[in-house]
Amino acid sequence: MNLQEHIAKELLSQYGIPCPKGRLAKTASSAEDSCALIQAKKYVVKAQIAAGGRGLAGGVRFAATPSAVHDEAERMLNSRLVTDQTRAEGEVVHTVYVEAAHDLSAQYFVAFVLDAATGFPMLLASANGGIAFEERARMDPDAVAAHVLDEQSDIDGFLKTVGIEDGGAVDAVKAAARAFEENDMVLLEINPFAKTANGDWLAIDAKIALDPAAAFRHPEFDRLYSNAGQSAQESEAQQNNINFVRLDGDIGVVVNGAGLGLATNDLIVDAGGEPANFMDIRTTATSFDIARGVELLLADPGVKALLLNVHGGGMTVCDTVAEGVAFAYSRNNRNVPCIARLAGTNADWGERILMDRKVPVDVCNDMKTAVQRAVSRVGEA
Amino acid sequence: MSILVNQETKVIVQGITGRAGTFYADQAIRYGSTYVGGVRPGRGGNKHLGLPVFHDVAEAVDNTGANASLVVVPAPFTADAMIEAIDAKLDVVVCITERVPQHDMARVKRALSGSKTVLIGPNSQGILTPGQCKIGVMPTKDARPGRIGIASRSASLTSEILANCSAADWGQSTTVGVGGDVLHGLGFVECLKLFRDDPETECVVLIGEIGGREEELAAEYLASTDYEKPVVALVVGRHAPLGQRMGHAGTLSQFGAASAGQKIALLAGAGAIIASDAGDVVHQVKAALGG
Repeated sequence: MNLQEHIAKELLSQYGIPCPKGRLAKTASSAEDSCALIQAKKYVVKAQIAAGGRGLAGGVRFAATPSAVHDEAERMLNSRLVTDQTRAEGEVVHTVYVEAAHDLSAQYFVAFVLDAATGFPMLLASANGGIAFEERARMDPDAVAAHVLDEQSDIDGFLKTVGIEDGGAVDAVKAAARAFEENDMVLLEINPFAKTANGDWLAIDAKIALDPAAAFRHPEFDRLYSNAGQSAQESEAQQNNINFVRLDGDIGVVVNGAGLGLATNDLIVDAGGEPANFMDIRTTATSFDIARGVELLLADPGVKALLLNVHGGGMTVCDTVAEGVAFAYSRNNRNVPCIARLAGTNADWGERILMDRKVPVDVCNDMKTAVQRAVSRVGEA
Repeated sequence: MSILVNQETKVIVQGITGRAGTFYADQAIRYGSTYVGGVRPGRGGNKHLGLPVFHDVAEAVDNTGANASLVVVPAPFTADAMIEAIDAKLDVVVCITERVPQHDMARVKRALSGSKTVLIGPNSQGILTPGQCKIGVMPTKDARPGRIGIASRSASLTSEILANCSAADWGQSTTVGVGGDVLHGLGFVECLKLFRDDPETECVVLIGEIGGREEELAAEYLASTDYEKPVVALVVGRHAPLGQRMGHAGTLSQFGAASAGQKIALLAGAGAIIASDAGDVVHQVKAALGG
């Protein structure tokens, strides 16, 4: 889960990492008022959404005076910000963060991830940080240096090779390493980590991703999880043992397993259709959980047909899924056509359940036929 | 022959008394695998499913001679269970638990370095040598002994492809799920090496997806060596949105990760045969083996 910038900076400040002075505002007038508390020569207004790419999308604007802060905040608040890292419809800006703007003399990139090969944290750094760094790094893998923080690690020596030698800056990076470990972060990125014209070091922007799997030992983040950028549909599904991602199409997809879900969506797009969602029914899901997942799709007027692609096995057998689907249909008066492909454990039993319970089902024997049928059904509708 | 597990493998279940532990142990025993005991701290001395239950892994190994374990322990305790099994020097440890914290897995990776234990998972369907040994959660109805080795990041797709292969009379030597998480034990490269050395395996199927670097590493390995056996690869998620977690934590494309298209290009460049979709895998296997 990605944290909004102001929360990320609050967390970093607790570790003594210097950040620009700032205040959060929900209205344009409180944004203007906050300038009196920040007391800077000029300001920057930043849209608080939990996605990157804001700078290039107009979500970060400089303002010379408090009244200019007011105007920028007014323009951003309650607008939808679309960046290359949000969904197509963008994210609504509910709050802005007003900060002191600084003249920067050097911009570095500093990030921590876990090294999948060794299990040690890995420090990534570059002397060419700033806006559009990710794009540059993608073009040129050598643009960023990597250092594994194992027992023999020498952070000071590594940072020196990148050009970070100042004692305060090195301490800030070491503090960030501690923050990364202690908060179960999967990504901590400070970009730019900048030296100001006055010689101070500041975390100008920070991106933190927490590991949702570790939420059980971080009750202090509970409130953040409940306000996370998930749609109502997605969190409802999550509570019912279903991984669900809303997409833009009209074919509702009910699948068990992440790989089969991805494969199904690939086939739909290949056949000229558009999936309405990605679904992965977890192995622990009961038929009631599945019913809730299917109801989410039936309740969505954008969904014109349902594609049921299940390979039964383990604890998720076909009749369990069919029970759930039949239950969802019985509680909804929309007669959305259901194209079903059931295979594996209890496939025939599952098909019987769908037919006996009067689900408007069209049974296919293989995945490809089912996908093609679903795509043409939507075309007719 | 097979890789990693066979009829001789003696398995214990860590977390045997839980709902999932009971269910999967029971299924594996009915399948004919050799399960010799279970572990549940505080319940040592009891019997469950007719098997002796021990307080810890070391005690279970001393008493049963077990050399493999199935870890079915709730996520907060999974890392410690895996490390306990690694410390007890088991040959194979399979972990099916989902949502193990990444920093916990980091600890397990460090424990693995220098040990001889092969860890499969977490968030894996496990490993199956048809007709001999099942350690995991996969359905066995369609599995047949044979000559295809499967290494996969997805349980559901493995079931699908395995069923297609068996229907076309291509049985399997061993199927391995490397798991859907970012940090995991055994990877595609180790699977390829093991299948290469297994005389019974004639063709390897790799089932990949977006996220992580398994496919890139496999491509690097295949390009670096003269791999005598045909490798058929499928990578799913070609049309998935970037930057979103699609079920598996490992699908979230991290900094600098390749897209499905890039993974496919790398594998094709390294000499792998690319299957266009799940249904195509069996056709490519057939073409490669001339059946």
